[in-house]
Amino acid sequence: MSDLRELYQEVILDHNKRPRNFRAIAPPSQKAEGYNPLCGDRITVYLRLNGDVIEDVAFEGSGCAISKASASLMTDALKGRTIGDADSLFAEFHHMVTAPADAAVETGRLNKLAVFAGVREYPVRVKCASLAWHTLRAALEAKHDVVSTE
Amino acid sequence: MNVATAVSRPATFDVGRIRQDFPILHEYVHGKPLVYLDNAATAQKPQSVIDTMVRSLTEENANIHRGVHALSERATKSFEDARAKVRRFINAADAREIVFVRGTTEAINLVAQTYGRTRLTSGDEILISALEHHSNIVPWQLLAEQIGVHLRVIPMTDAGELRLDQYEGLLTPRTKLVSIVHVSNSLGTINPVREMVETAHARGIAVLVDGAQAVPHLKVDVQALDCDFYAFSGHKMFGPTGIGVLYGKRALLEGMPPYQGGGDMISSVTFEKSEYNVVPYKFEAGTPNITGAVGLGAAIDYLERLDWPAVQAYEHELLAYATERLAGLTGVRILGTAARKASVLSFVMEHVHPHDIGTILDQEGVAIRTGHHCTQPVMERLGVPATARASLAFYNTRDEIDTLIAALGKVQEIFT
Repeated sequence: MSDLRELYQEVILDHNKRPRNFRAIAPPSQKAEGYNPLCGDRITVYLRLNGDVIEDVAFEGSGCAISKASASLMTDALKGRTIGDADSLFAEFHHMVTAPADAAVETGRLNKLAVFAGVREYPVRVKCASLAWHTLRAALEAKHDVVSTE
Repeated sequence: MNVATAVSRPATFDVGRIRQDFPILHEYVHGKPLVYLDNAATAQKPQSVIDTMVRSLTEENANIHRGVHALSERATKSFEDARAKVRRFINAADAREIVFVRGTTEAINLVAQTYGRTRLTSGDEILISALEHHSNIVPWQLLAEQIGVHLRVIPMTDAGELRLDQYEGLLTPRTKLVSIVHVSNSLGTINPVREMVETAHARGIAVLVDGAQAVPHLKVDVQALDCDFYAFSGHKMFGPTGIGVLYGKRALLEGMPPYQGGGDMISSVTFEKSEYNVVPYKFEAGTPNITGAVGLGAAIDYLERLDWPAVQAYEHELLAYATERLAGLTGVRILGTAARKASVLSFVMEHVHPHDIGTILDQEGVAIRTGHHCTQPVMERLGVPATARASLAFYNTRDEIDTLIAALGKVQEIFT
């Protein structure tokens, strides 16, 4: 049986209460909107790129603790990194939250993002944790449609 | 088929005894006894419904309305018996007014695509309400795109009651249909449907009532309501999924074109032209959900064995208790405070998203619904993205409400 504290870790609760980089970037070099129809979460991710370096990344929106904390921690993790770094972090993050509960996952490079490891015990919450990342991808690809988790 | 069951009519309402009829209520979830408070999504099934469906499949599975063999005759009789039970259950004048469909959604789509497409024309108006489920919004929007009708909406108050003072003013010479929910699924409001029908009829406007959330809680009498159409689903009234009912006044049904084409809905077919069957078969193309209909009949049998005044008094008392306990929690706000309400408790908690509430409650064995409940316009009107919703049935108990409250305490503990 899963322990709720595994899901709602202190770091997650803290970022939910005081989300970092919770603002718009005006004007952004890129932005995208994400939507999770299951819980009504909406998020806008803003980016300021310099070449392939993410100089600034921020978000706005409303959502559950998991989605808000995930967006907050994502922005913290990506500032100053390259687009290539963002891609590989997303791949690792996605693997961590979707791997079978009994499989070992490598979280070494994820650093703080590893607090979301508990999400894989709650399959319906995976979309909450990955909404910000999908929206980031859309922003990087400069997609103009709202990305949906459904 | 013989649908005798072990349940006898209780003298007064004994919830402990009622719970014995529902096997799933003895399940464990995450090691905790299940507390099922998601009845507005779907209700649990009594053993008698399960047994009847098993028996239908075990002893009389055959196609209906065409076989000359014994099994087909048995299956046909059970299917038509179920229709007769539905007629009695909602007090329709005639069993031919009972059309079996998949559920409320299909019933409303059927009316939109048959009655709507033939009786309404470009520029006509359909009046719905701010409380509608998406299933009583989207079918009309589809129709609007197809034939150019307009959708108008009766607004509601902050308490979740319809603005009846504005209702009459919204009925214009172009209004051809009023389609309103009997009991709101997201807020529990019971609308004064009989009066609303009367007002519409005084202007010659037909009325469809979405009764999905009403049939599990209220005694519905379609003749007393005098509505032209009444739609509901089997699974919300302790029957199976995939079966529902469209009630329609016979004269209206007879004037409507078929919904889908196929077998059973015709009386003769040539490659040049087909003659349609009589009502209700005209609307029941293809092999229907025979087991589902028989199961729905068993659910009606079950409900009719209960002492309804006692059931309603019990539900009322339980809702009052749950409302009081919930309102006593700091940081909790109940949405939907209509004077007349069925067993729905929608609420939000300060600093906690409903989805997080749902996950934590689930770990305590408590099943509630979180989200927009397929009523996004209601959420928008109340200024919340989502709510947590506990919806009660007559098999729920005060102890279960206490478990809910304790689990909500745990939510606050985690999020403080």
